[in-house]
Parts: sequence; C-alpha cells; structure tokens
Amino acid sequence: MNINHLNGGQQLAVKYYIVAMVLFGAQILFGLLSGMQYLYPELLFGILDFNVTRTVHINAMIVWMLYGFIGSVYWLLEEESETEVVGLKLGILGFWVLTSAVTVVVLVFLLVQTGPGDDFTRWFVNEGREYIEAPRWADIGIVICMLIFFYNVSATFMKGKWSGISGVLTLDLVALAGIYIAGMFYTPNISMDQYWWWWVIHLWVEATWEVLVGCLMAWGLMKVLKVDRKIVTTWLYIEVALMFGSGILGLGHHYFWIGTPEYWLTIGGFFSALEPIPLVAMVVHAIYDSGVRHMKGNNNPAFAWLIAHAFGNFFGAGVWGFMHTLPQINLYTHGTQWSASHGHLAFFGAYATIIIAMIYIAVPYIRGQEGISSNLPDGGWKWKWSLGLLNMGVVGMTVALLISGYEQSFIERAVGGSTWLGYFTAQVHPWFVQGMEWRMIFGVMTAAGIVLLLWDLLTIGKEPVSSQKVQTEAA
Amino acid sequence: MNNKIPWWSSESYWKKVAIWVTAFMFIVLIALTIDTIPKITAGSERVPAYSVINKHIGYEFNDERNFQVPVIGAEDPLFGKMLSEEEAEALVSHGKKITQGRNCMGCHTLLGNGSYFAPDLTKSWLDPGWVSEAEREQSMIEFLMDPPANARSFGSGRMMPNLHISRDEAKAVIAFLKWMSSIDTNGFPYNFTVIDKES
Repeated sequence: MNINHLNGGQQLAVKYYIVAMVLFGAQILFGLLSGMQYLYPELLFGILDFNVTRTVHINAMIVWMLYGFIGSVYWLLEEESETEVVGLKLGILGFWVLTSAVTVVVLVFLLVQTGPGDDFTRWFVNEGREYIEAPRWADIGIVICMLIFFYNVSATFMKGKWSGISGVLTLDLVALAGIYIAGMFYTPNISMDQYWWWWVIHLWVEATWEVLVGCLMAWGLMKVLKVDRKIVTTWLYIEVALMFGSGILGLGHHYFWIGTPEYWLTIGGFFSALEPIPLVAMVVHAIYDSGVRHMKGNNNPAFAWLIAHAFGNFFGAGVWGFMHTLPQINLYTHGTQWSASHGHLAFFGAYATIIIAMIYIAVPYIRGQEGISSNLPDGGWKWKWSLGLLNMGVVGMTVALLISGYEQSFIERAVGGSTWLGYFTAQVHPWFVQGMEWRMIFGVMTAAGIVLLLWDLLTIGKEPVSSQKVQTEAA
Repeated sequence: MNNKIPWWSSESYWKKVAIWVTAFMFIVLIALTIDTIPKITAGSERVPAYSVINKHIGYEFNDERNFQVPVIGAEDPLFGKMLSEEEAEALVSHGKKITQGRNCMGCHTLLGNGSYFAPDLTKSWLDPGWVSEAEREQSMIEFLMDPPANARSFGSGRMMPNLHISRDEAKAVIAFLKWMSSIDTNGFPYNFTVIDKES
C-alpha cells in the first residue's frame, strides 16, 4: 500500500487503523468463544478457560478502541493545526513500542494465563482487575506512549493553530491519561481498590471517551457534510458541559454496593440518570445538520456510520444505561447479564461506530481520492451489508442478553436469594439459555459483518467507476 | 461574534459554561472522595479491620435500614487460630493477590463487579452451599484445591477449572472472602440466604 502522498500524521494514523481492525477481529473471535462456552462449558476447558477468552475479548476491545482514537486524532492533526506533526518520529516509535507491548501482553494472557499470588504476577502476568488486566509493566508502557501522543497533539497545535475542537481534545487527553494512573496501585482493601478502579473505567468510558468522540463527531460532520465550524464547535461545548456535568458525579452509580456510604445512592442515581441528556443533544445535532445539508455528503459509508454512532450512543450508553442505573433496580441487576447487554450496545454504539466512520473518512484519501462515490461499481453492497449485519448483530445480542438478564435478576436475585444455588437456578432456566442461544446467533451475524467490513475497507474505491455511472452521477 | 445570535446560543457562552461546569463537578467529586476515603478504609465502620476474620460474621435484616447488614459476632477464629491485626492483613492481602493472579474476576463478580460466568463472591463465605458453618472451612479448602472434583454447578455443566491452588493459598483466599463478607454493601446482594450454623 503506497501512502506516501498522505501527510505524516495521516501515514501514522493508517498504522494505528490497521492494528485497530486486526484487534477488532480478535475481539469478536474471542467473544464468539466466550459465548460458546456459555452453551458448551466443556469447550476448551482447561486449555482456554472462560476467564482467558473473556479477558482477551474485553482487552482487545479497549485496546482497539484506543488505537482507533489515537489513529483518528493523528489523521486530523495536521489538517486541524495547519502544520506538520512536531514529533512524528517519536510518534512512530511510540506506535511500535505500544504495538510490541500489546502483542506481548496478549501472548502472556493466552500462554501463561495466570500466576501465583505475588507481586511478580501483577507486574508481569495479569493484574486480575477487569478491563485493566494488563500487568503493571504494560501500564507504565501505555502511560509513556500516551505521553508521547499527548506531546505530539499539544505541541503540534501550539506550533500551528488552535480551534475549539483542538482545545477540547487536548484538555480531554490530559484528563484521559491522568485518570489511568488512578488504577495503578495495589491495596488489599477491595472497597478502596474498586473505588479508584472505577475512576479509570467510568471516567474513561462515561466521560473522557465520550468527549473525545464528541470532538471526532464534530470534525467528521464538518468533513463529510461540510457543516459550519461555528455550529459544530458550539454543539461540542454544549455536549462537554452536559457530559461532564452529568458524567463526573454519575460515577456515583458504581458506588452503590462496594462498601461506600449510602449518600452515593442519591448522588449516583440522580446524576447518572442525567447522563443520557448529552447523548440526546448529539442525536439532535447530527440529525439537524444532516437535514440542513439534505443528507448530501461526499462519503456515504462514513455518513451512515456517523448516524449509527449518534443513535448507537444514545440507545447503548444512554437508554440501556438509564434502564438500570437507579439503585432501586440496580440492586437486582448489578453484575447480571443486564450489564453485559448494556456493555455490548454501549461500546459498539458509542465507540466502534465512530472509529469505523473515521476510517471510512480516511479510506478515499489513502486511495488518492477526495470522497467515496455514491455510484460505486458494485453498488456499494459490501459497506451496506456490513453496516446492516454489524448493527443488527449487536442489537440482537443486546436484546438477547437483556432477556437473560431479566430472567437472572428475577430468579437469582429477587427469588433465589442471590446464593450459588440461586445463581445456577437462573443459569439453567430455559429463558436464560434461550437468550444465550440467540446471543450466539447474533454474534455470528456480527462476525459476518466484520468480515465484510474488512473486505470493504481493503477494496472500496479501488475499482474504477464506469463512465456510464460517472455520467449518471454528474447528471 | 455575530450580533444576531442570542447570547444563550453563542459559542463563547457555552465555552464558559463547559469550563465552569466541568471544574465545579470535579471539585465536588474531590470533596466527596475526601469524605468517602476514611469511611472505606479498613478498620472503619463500613469496612472492618482485617482482624475481623477472628470473629463470627453474620448477615441479618436491619429494620431501620430495611435490608441485610453484616453483623460481627463473638470470637470465631478462622481455621481455629487467632491472628494479630498485622498477621490478618498479611493473610487477607495474600488471598487478594491470589484472586488477582488467578484472574478470578474473569469468571466471577466481586462486590458485583467482574464477569457473569460464575457466582458472585461478595457473600460467598456465608453461602448455604457450604452446608453448615461446622463444615464450611474444610469444604472451601477442598473445593478450591480441586474444583472439578468438587464441582457443584447444579446441572449447568459449568465447572471451575483447576487453578492449582495449594492448601496455604486456599486458606489465604478464604481469609479474603471471609473479610469481604463483613463489608457493609448497602444490602447487596439482596434477599441473601445465610448458611446454617449446623447441618
């Protein structure tokens, strides 16, 4: 692939996008294995147990999304700052260091898996804390790579020019990197452990990541629909105010049951219930701008994925989160398949979609074009089918998991008294098992969508548009 | 700025709102954190000292709060041995490190957080699945040292893999689980059935 015609930041972004898509594939592969282990518990028992497949599933997701974000920022960096990336060579070094670290961590997860209860295990094998299982040495490596990234972003904007988007983006990256450090310590006290662990998890996915994708959405709408910069910047500030206004104290909805004082029930319940509001603002913003521009853009796949992001974020993070965020219901749903249902739609709807949109924005430039023709030689069936399969697949999994979650919260929690017997009584109930079967079917649909997506990204715009179609388009 | 745009929809207004709202919320979070930390430090009312493993732990309905709360009872040393505060902390800490090193959260939830492939461990020390308090310690050791041979998955076919946990490691994990069961979790898990004293 010859990408020498791209600017330095864009060339680096392509590297990040490639690894992101490889890890996206890995996420789904290990997700399929985890889902199968619910139905066939003997599958790979003692070889790749559920704790291994699930750990790889969720860590591949976190890392590919980080790669997608970093790639997206590098993609827009030179255009937005109107100057060259300040430390491009350092950025390339950071990419290779991060990618080597990720490779080693995944291999250790798969081949070593677990270790004794000592400090060596936490430093070099597995930290055993959900989402941030990466051993401590890798944490430090990630922080160093994030600092390189942050230096490149802030110094490039400082050298070039600032904008509303770049200002929000830079401040958000400070918070994003700083918060990660809150998870880097050991304590025997699990209440204290989880208090700070949630600072990383919640303040990433329900605050700083949301603002980051707000920046990408603003830039994406300008790029695809030629929306006025002033409009997207004003909306971005509104979203930041609403997002941090609700999301920072919304952290309290993770402090209901971990030993923290009872006042968190009120604070967490109230502020987390407000968290969907900025997501409504994003939908209104995206739809309004689309209407004003008569849905006419230069890149239909990217546009479709931006709209999928607006709705996916609202339903996945907003509605599905709201449904079980109040303590009165969360008492029964916390730690059940409700959480899995919410997690699937939220991560996909809020983050996977926008990264795919950003990659589609990049693809024509990689192939030396300005946009993607709406009259593709094959009718664009690959991107349309992958869009449909991925969205239907994830929504299907979400609904299936929710049905299992309903059953689990009633039978295990409300009736069964939350004991081990109650847990398994719920797990073997036909309603639960049927939910898991449907999850598997929709999981396979999602996997088919990814195969098509990768195929499309590798080929779209490569074939010449026939002269007849060009004439039709011109007409 | 374009004068036709009302102040409440202007870019500069919302920029200021975004900055002030973010700063205010962050300061409130810091203030709440400063209040919360002492309340969840080991040795506080809500999160007992590690030496609580020397005592009997119950989980009883509290009329005033309208849910179950941990009740710390008379002396009931774990494995029959009274430990000093330092010894208890070392044992519980070893147990927690084992749960992290064996990636227990990859299947279980602790305080409701983790994965949903296996039962929640928050009150596992009090679970009636161990038959009776008299048999509990031995049952737990045997289970942890060889889970497939002692599997009780109630027809689901799901088993915990053998994670090669030694006897001493099992004791440390049990100490951690016993201590965790004493944390005041605002009634989570709800409607929990507690193990009988005798079979």
